[in-house]
Amino acid sequence: MNIWLVMLLAGALTFGMRFSFIYLFGRFEIPATVKRALRFVPPAVLSAIIAPALFMPNNTLDLSWGNYRLMAGVVAILVAWRTKNTLLTILAGMIALLALQVIFH
Amino acid sequence: MNQTMKSFWAGVRAESPLLVGVFPFGLIYGALALGAGLSPAAAQMMSSIVFAGSSQFVAAQLIHDSAPGLVIVLTIAVVNMRHMLYSASVAPYIEHLPTRWKALLAYLLTDEAYAATIIHYEEDGFTPTSHWFFLGAGLALWTTWQVSSALGIFLGAAIPASWPLDFAAPLTFIAMVVPVLKDKPVVAAALSAGTVALLAYSLPFKLGLILAALVGIFIGTYLESRKSQKGAL
Repeated sequence: MNIWLVMLLAGALTFGMRFSFIYLFGRFEIPATVKRALRFVPPAVLSAIIAPALFMPNNTLDLSWGNYRLMAGVVAILVAWRTKNTLLTILAGMIALLALQVIFH
Repeated sequence: MNQTMKSFWAGVRAESPLLVGVFPFGLIYGALALGAGLSPAAAQMMSSIVFAGSSQFVAAQLIHDSAPGLVIVLTIAVVNMRHMLYSASVAPYIEHLPTRWKALLAYLLTDEAYAATIIHYEEDGFTPTSHWFFLGAGLALWTTWQVSSALGIFLGAAIPASWPLDFAAPLTFIAMVVPVLKDKPVVAAALSAGTVALLAYSLPFKLGLILAALVGIFIGTYLESRKSQKGAL
């Protein structure tokens, strides 16, 4: 699919969701189960993207010490856990990966 | 200054601390989108057509992985589902406005604009000009996002291709996920989604990602409903 078509469809869907209940106000209530499920959407989707990016950098499972992305990811997870600071987390992970690449190449 | 403009600028001011955090993300997004293979024009237009930060990072990652278009669209939609909650939450405050206003405010309804606006509605209550506050907060964020994306696209072109810039996307997601892992159902949702994503990685069309997300959402919701039932006994 063309990238512009992807963006237009995704943009239309995103707008539709933002507009949904503003438009439907008074005519429809969100079911309680859906409300409860929405809280789990970001951690589930993002973890499903994080795991392959760390464990399968070359499309196959790599649990060795040579998997620098996994090592740098662990550093980022620890920094995120300790500081809850987004930019610090990105910086720490990036510096860890660059350092590992420079040292071992 | 009349009341309308006062409300508008109060919205801009309330949004400004959040802008400090948003600006670097726009920079990273712009650079990342270029690195993922988007043209500068497409990368910039995504910031105004989709206009939802984390889903734009996800899109860049999936374009980089050459996922099929339909999977990218579905994943963006799933990531942005939370906006329905914001929509439901602000709906009673803007019920009286004409549809054009409602559509404009819906377009501007991001995480950050919602955060500033809902606090205003809840603390200061509803006033005849409070939709101008919403507009001020929303436009302040919109402008910051467009400018910072553009700057990121501009700077991204200067970053050597050997730099692992694509790694910024998973790192950003780690920074978003780790702080919300506060109770067992969320941890279970994240771990199960991550595990299924690895096991189902070889499924065609990146469907493993959608499957993994659905399993995680289901497990989290299931565990939480069991917990609240136990609590009721």
